[in-house]
Amino acid sequence: MRLERREHRPLALVIATPVVAVLAALALSGILIALAGAPVLEAYRRILIGAFGSRLSTTETLTRAAPLMLTGLAAAVAFRARLWNIGAEGQLYLGAITVAAASSHLLGGLPSAVQIPLLLILGAMAGMVLLILPLWLRLRFQVDEVVTTLLLNFVALLFVSMLIDTVLKDPTAFGWPQSQSVADAAMLPKLLARSRLHIGILIAMALAVIIHLVQSRTVFGLQSRAAGLNPAGAVFAGVPLGATLVKVACISGGLAGLAGAVEVMGVKSYVTTDLSPGYGYSGIVVAMLAGLHPLGVVLAALFTAIMFVGADGMSRSMGIPSYIADVTVALSLLTMLVALFFTQYRIRR
Amino acid sequence: MSTLFDILASAGLWAAVLRIATPLILGTLGALLSERAGVLHLGIEGIMTFGAMIGWLAVYNGADLWTGFLVAALAGAAFGVLHAMLTVTLGLSQHVAGLGVTLFASSFSYYVFRMLVPVAGTPPTITPFQPLDIPGLTSLPFFGPAFFAQTAPTYLAIIAALLLGLVLFRTPLGLAIRMTGENPHAAESQGINPVAIRYGAVIAGSALMGMAGAFLTLSAFNSFFPTMVQGRGWICIALVVFSSWRPGRALLGALLFAFFDGVQLRLQPALNGIVPYQLFLMIPYLLSIAALAIMARRARVPQALMQPYRRGER
Repeated sequence: MRLERREHRPLALVIATPVVAVLAALALSGILIALAGAPVLEAYRRILIGAFGSRLSTTETLTRAAPLMLTGLAAAVAFRARLWNIGAEGQLYLGAITVAAASSHLLGGLPSAVQIPLLLILGAMAGMVLLILPLWLRLRFQVDEVVTTLLLNFVALLFVSMLIDTVLKDPTAFGWPQSQSVADAAMLPKLLARSRLHIGILIAMALAVIIHLVQSRTVFGLQSRAAGLNPAGAVFAGVPLGATLVKVACISGGLAGLAGAVEVMGVKSYVTTDLSPGYGYSGIVVAMLAGLHPLGVVLAALFTAIMFVGADGMSRSMGIPSYIADVTVALSLLTMLVALFFTQYRIRR
Repeated sequence: MSTLFDILASAGLWAAVLRIATPLILGTLGALLSERAGVLHLGIEGIMTFGAMIGWLAVYNGADLWTGFLVAALAGAAFGVLHAMLTVTLGLSQHVAGLGVTLFASSFSYYVFRMLVPVAGTPPTITPFQPLDIPGLTSLPFFGPAFFAQTAPTYLAIIAALLLGLVLFRTPLGLAIRMTGENPHAAESQGINPVAIRYGAVIAGSALMGMAGAFLTLSAFNSFFPTMVQGRGWICIALVVFSSWRPGRALLGALLFAFFDGVQLRLQPALNGIVPYQLFLMIPYLLSIAALAIMARRARVPQALMQPYRRGER
């Protein structure tokens, strides 16, 4: 028996891979739930109820999916060009605080139709800026961007913490470190009355479609894929590697910054240092589960949101720590990696 | 200026430097060993978190401190097996596999901790390692409290650095490890099994990472809380580059780094109200990035780092 590299991957296999990976991750987490002394199937049933059991929980799941789609797209776009942007968490926070600062100090008086697009652009630009620095370090000094983007997450969070402790502190928040709120005109329109669901999820899905078209139909899309598949070969074929990576970084950082902007303008209206329960890191899992495909990101983000929202409900009723959602999501990254391996190779006798 | 001088002249600073350096030394050595064999190990942050949790939990449940330390090392080694399976056997992307190990190990730590330790207002504590009394040295004026009032794991970390340097550069095993990191195909032609070497280096390195985490809960603090590792693992990865993959320089790098950290911790109260404390807390991360920018091009990277090895496939 030996392994042989596949020349071609059938579509059914590509689609089945994440499904198998998620099922395997759920089975492995099931062992942990059983170890905690709870009936496994009942726990999963409660997770589904927690995510979809009522109008409230369904809208919460969809609300949670929006930032995950954006950070997932951020990772997918970057990873496709083999730009290892692990800094979505920091870029998200920088986008969020930029929006809060701009709306509360500068643009608050503008009407929604002008203010909202302006703020979204500013939030995205903040995310871009934070990714351009590590990319510059990579292109100029050959510094691995994985470590620098990871380290910048901590810097960005401390920077936000400093701002909401000082110049951007909300004086009416009873001493809590939280930023001033964005103007009412900056809040994204709701999709459904009496819920938190806002148009952020539509923005994210539209972006997924646009990115898919750009990647599959444009020269830039081809160049970014070439940069990822074989950088040396891409350069040989005339792809401007540096310029391509800068564009990819702008899109990736911009998407992560947008995730922060959308979360503030759609849900919270202000920034705290627990704005994101690790959306940036979960975005990596989302992107990998999606096989780095922009449309797959939408589905993978939904799965992740279901786990997080559902596990909260399950945790309250069954006494299983809600961290089980984080464990399952992390495990699904590992199982997806293994599953991908078996789609690249096949076993020959 | 006088504040700075007072800080430098206090024995407390130098004791703190050694204390801050210890987890960095152990973690950097672990990552270095793994990378010398050709495997980037971004599982470090999660393994340190798990080591901190499981070591503390063992002691909290009645084990003695050294058993806790050992449990953390073994748990680290177990995650090392996982990382080696993903990156060596399957040859998956070392970046993504390592991040996956970190995400899994840290969320698993929080899950186990929450499951076994009930929520309480103040986190439960243990009695951590006490400073060793070294006859003749600890009682020295200034030098005693500055350099010889550490807990046992700190001395262990320093010895480990020297030992790893010796093994890597003075033994056939070290040659085999370095050769596997430079060119596994050439290593195999010399009768070395690159797969076994990589497994061994990743597992032993992960055990060191587990110990690095355990130092936090068994010596530096006395309780566990989520996010306590605070990016120390990533700093270790930066220190490996800074050290040019040499254990001796890794030791010096970790000490230098801890020195800056110790000084900023002591400057913080002096400048309280003038400079936001968050700016001080950023220093370690910015220093790491600066160190990477300065050293990355000069450093000689193991040539086969991040390249999976498959027999008969190039």
